[in-house]
Amino acid sequence: MLRLEKRPSPSRFWQAATPVIAVVLTMIGGGIMFAILGKNPAEAIRTIFWDPLFGEFAWYLRGQLLVKAGPLILIAVGLSLGFRAGIWNIGAEGQYIMGAIFGASVGLAVYPTESRLIFPVMIVAGAFGGWLWGMIPAILKTRFNTNEILVSLMLVYVAEKILSKAALGFLRNPEGAGFPGSRNFAQYPAASNPELIAGSGMHWGVVAAFIAVIFAYILLQKHMLGFQIKLAGQAPRAARFHGVDPNRLVVLCMGISGALAGLAGVFEVTGPAGQISIDFNVGYGFTAIIVAFLGRLNPLGILLAGLLMALTYIGGEMASTNLGLPSAAIQAFQGMLLFFLLAVDLLSNYRIRTFFASGAK
Amino acid sequence: MDFGGINPAVLIASLMVAAVPILLAAIGELIVEKAGVLNLGVEGMMIMGAICGFMAAVGTDSPVLGFLGGAAGGAVLSLIFAFLTQTLLANQVATGLALTLFGLGLSSLMGQGYNGIKPPLTAAVPFGPLRDIPVLGRILFSHDWMVYASIAIIAVVWWVLKYSRAGLVLRAVGENHDAAHALGYKVRRIRLVAILFGGAMAGLGGAYISLVRVPQWTDGITAGAGWIALAIVVFASWKPWRVLIGAYLFGGITVLQLNLQAAGSRIPVEYLSMSPYLITILVLVIMSSGKGRTSLNAPAALGQNFHASR
Amino acid sequence: MTSDARPILLAVEGVTKAYPGVVANSDVSFSIRTGEVHALLGENGAGKSTLVKMIYGLVKPDTGRMTLRGAAYAPHEPRAARASGVAMVFQHFSLFEALNVAENVSLGMEKPPAMGALAAKITHVSNAYGLPLDPARMVGDLSAGERQRVEIIRCLLQDPKLLIMDEPTSVLTPQEVEILFKTLRQLSSEGTAILYISHKLEEIRALCDEATILRRGRVVATCTPRERTAREMAELMVGAVLTPPERSAPKQWPDAKAALEINALSVASPIPFGTSLKNVSFSVRRGEILGIAGVAGNGQDELLLALSGELKSAPEMVQSFGVPLGKHSPNQRRALGFVSAPEDRLGHAAAPDMSLVENAFLTGSIRKGLAKSGFVDWQATRAFAEQVIKDYDVRTPGSDVAARALSGGNLQKFVIGRELSQSPDVIVINQPTWGVDAAAAAAIRQSILNRASEGAAVVVISQDLDELLEISDRFAVLNEGRLTVPRPVKGLTIDEIGLMMGGAHGMEVSHA
Repeated sequence: MLRLEKRPSPSRFWQAATPVIAVVLTMIGGGIMFAILGKNPAEAIRTIFWDPLFGEFAWYLRGQLLVKAGPLILIAVGLSLGFRAGIWNIGAEGQYIMGAIFGASVGLAVYPTESRLIFPVMIVAGAFGGWLWGMIPAILKTRFNTNEILVSLMLVYVAEKILSKAALGFLRNPEGAGFPGSRNFAQYPAASNPELIAGSGMHWGVVAAFIAVIFAYILLQKHMLGFQIKLAGQAPRAARFHGVDPNRLVVLCMGISGALAGLAGVFEVTGPAGQISIDFNVGYGFTAIIVAFLGRLNPLGILLAGLLMALTYIGGEMASTNLGLPSAAIQAFQGMLLFFLLAVDLLSNYRIRTFFASGAK
Repeated sequence: MDFGGINPAVLIASLMVAAVPILLAAIGELIVEKAGVLNLGVEGMMIMGAICGFMAAVGTDSPVLGFLGGAAGGAVLSLIFAFLTQTLLANQVATGLALTLFGLGLSSLMGQGYNGIKPPLTAAVPFGPLRDIPVLGRILFSHDWMVYASIAIIAVVWWVLKYSRAGLVLRAVGENHDAAHALGYKVRRIRLVAILFGGAMAGLGGAYISLVRVPQWTDGITAGAGWIALAIVVFASWKPWRVLIGAYLFGGITVLQLNLQAAGSRIPVEYLSMSPYLITILVLVIMSSGKGRTSLNAPAALGQNFHASR
Repeated sequence: MTSDARPILLAVEGVTKAYPGVVANSDVSFSIRTGEVHALLGENGAGKSTLVKMIYGLVKPDTGRMTLRGAAYAPHEPRAARASGVAMVFQHFSLFEALNVAENVSLGMEKPPAMGALAAKITHVSNAYGLPLDPARMVGDLSAGERQRVEIIRCLLQDPKLLIMDEPTSVLTPQEVEILFKTLRQLSSEGTAILYISHKLEEIRALCDEATILRRGRVVATCTPRERTAREMAELMVGAVLTPPERSAPKQWPDAKAALEINALSVASPIPFGTSLKNVSFSVRRGEILGIAGVAGNGQDELLLALSGELKSAPEMVQSFGVPLGKHSPNQRRALGFVSAPEDRLGHAAAPDMSLVENAFLTGSIRKGLAKSGFVDWQATRAFAEQVIKDYDVRTPGSDVAARALSGGNLQKFVIGRELSQSPDVIVINQPTWGVDAAAAAAIRQSILNRASEGAAVVVISQDLDELLEISDRFAVLNEGRLTVPRPVKGLTIDEIGLMMGGAHGMEVSHA
């Protein structure tokens, strides 16, 4: 007979080991899924996890790794602060879109002026757009006690509608022959976010992601605010007893995560994406939720998890072109990863004991 | 009577149809939450129901088997949620999100090759001459059987919660799982059943989207209906008949904005189509700000995991 | 022991139950006769609860056997126990606040009648036993004493042969205790055996025919309570000679203003089904201890929240040395030397999953200067935590273990020590020794007394009357959110205290 027994203190070993176990289990589970789809599981797993790093086109794909990981890490770091405090912002996708729209609007408004100030102002505008979109659920929660999960999610759909209005209407390229989509920032140097080292995939967004990781790490380890965030999530009543104002924390966490998602959006639209288009958002805001959990809500863990998740994106695309694996398979694969992670997470707080017949009549 | 070319009888009749998916998903989630479990994976279970129902209906050429398949699809996915949260004590919020992400991916994977196919038609119930009664006939006697079934389900859930022993036990478990355990009730087993029911209802609602509302298969077909169903449970303050009101209200808004779009309203399409989401937020604000009243009606143990220690 | 002709109802023989790391019951044997009132006496953690949970089918024994009326008895679930005629009234009630009385009763029955018939039966039986109840009322709106009646009626409706009562008087006023005892004697005379769990010796001497005393999971003695003194039984229970706390002679402090002054404090309760505070006024001077008694749920939690700063009030409602503090946050109050310790150790006074170091920072950050320009000085925090552990004899493997790993008594010593070590001027403590073993309780009371003689003003909120009478200078009672006028402890009688506590809530009529 198996039985769960709560550990007196959470196990540090298992906290570190569970993500690794989850990845291994997902490879097994994913392999079974690929086999059902009629693909060779070993080949599919190798295409996803090995080829982008060491295969034929690795010289190009390694750069792509940072391009994909940058926004994931930036968003996930923000989300992780809220998740730690028990504040569930799941509308990062919307905040990402709004960041891109705000930033792009500033750049396109002054087109074709050339100035060193344009790009920094766009970045600030992007962060502001994401912050604003995150503030709506925050204010509604603190003022009216409204559920932030539902509101932040509803706002994703609203942001998507605004995005399509932007691509088809107010931000459409006037010289684009009526095609949807804005001007391309690659042709507007003062507002573009180019690759910093050719072939590396490193752009300002990736730099921002690394800085965010470092700041979040210091915040959580050394600063009182980090202590308060952790306390509020683990023991809300103890947090109030300590003197944390829950409303202030909601505004702060939603604001930070919104601003970081907005930053990711504006770096993306000025860099890798290049323009506002109807299908600008590809789900980074949702995948970042998985990244945050896979990284155990720890900034350094998120860094690794973001790179791993970026790998599955790139590997998934390769598997799609080379093996004909449907691109939706990779989404299911990522969802599966989160399941396995949540399942094995139990090991860090509980011990599994086997009880033999004694006493069990 | 005429509102800019929109016939009110037709409007009411079509909002009843438009409301069915969220009505079913919301009444399922209401039972889950009454048992003290917060399953945020409604969207994922709905879309699994949509694809499973679609595949079953196309495969067997029977809409009835299609709906059964949809319910089964939603229930199977909810089983994963039940296992993770009830057995492995995983966080309910995170697991619900995972369920939605996984459901969206898996459904589009399963739906490969089903794009562009027409499902078998779900026919209207033959009420004969009743259909021809002016206005009332259109509103009351022109629908397929799922519309009537969804109302019947609301009635049954209301009766069970209010008058039956099973309903009392379910409410007790959601109110205070430790006390229920101390009295000898099997908290986890009861919650498992509630979660399965919620999954089946969400699946049924999803199947209604792909088999009747649209009717065809496209990726992401549920478009947030699951999340709206969650909001409607809050709107209804956990009362079955209010779920019906909430769903019809929401269905009305959806139908109205679609009609306005079709009628070539001056309001841009994008703004019309974001209105259901904005109105959902507005409704949440109104319901949540009535301090205390709704929160007292919320099950006290909502979202907390149960682990019998000693 | 007297020879008793009544047949043995329940016999427990050599029962052992072990949990990982602790043996809750070791080779326990005792028996109860039909119609007997049998006490199970022991300290917190002596294994009383585990033992009755086995009798009630919530826990399975590892070894040993039980017989009921001579037949083997091994209930695998409470339902089976109830079917055999064993019923239980829990210490922490197994009630549902959002359901009404009839629904709550129905949930505890095997084959409940229809709601209408059940309601009539509840009214009838509750009046017959002097415990009137309205079946349609929401349980969340009932007082603690009335809630207990719901539990008792739930048991009585099933016509039990053995009624188990776990610490039933901890939530009752002295007058309510009298009514309860009357009911229990009536039941006993009708042939129902009662297993009465308590650590209150005078009650056991007043009520019980036999007593089994447990210490650390073992039966250490069986006796007839009427033939023993309370002190003898206490020493059997604790296994040591108890010394009452010492107090140095009171000093006069020069401050003109009261250290803590509460003026007409009225605040709404933030807790569902909570009790709002209504016009509460009192003042405490340096070196003085004010004891606040009252049955649970009469505003104690709200009073602590309003004093700790978690619940804000108008500024002048809470004052310390003349400074209005009603709008101050907990940390602002701490900065002024005003600290508090809530009742709930795990989750309120301390974060269960955080280490003792982090929990030391929880309230010590301000007065101990543990944060510099927002950054936590973990080294200084660790030193502070270790100082508390050493000074207050907290038994723990180290300062890095999670708070939840400590026993109740040790964690309470840590929490109280953490507050007292900050050289506070005003201390408010809710339930300082709740669920704590006698040795730790004595140590905690002593440290509170010491801090008072060093010049702090202390407010102790407690449901343990003996404790309050032992350590306080003045005494007041919270009743439905109102506070009585504080009176000097010297010369108070138990009857006067009972009347201050509101007598018997809503029961006078039926026993008049």
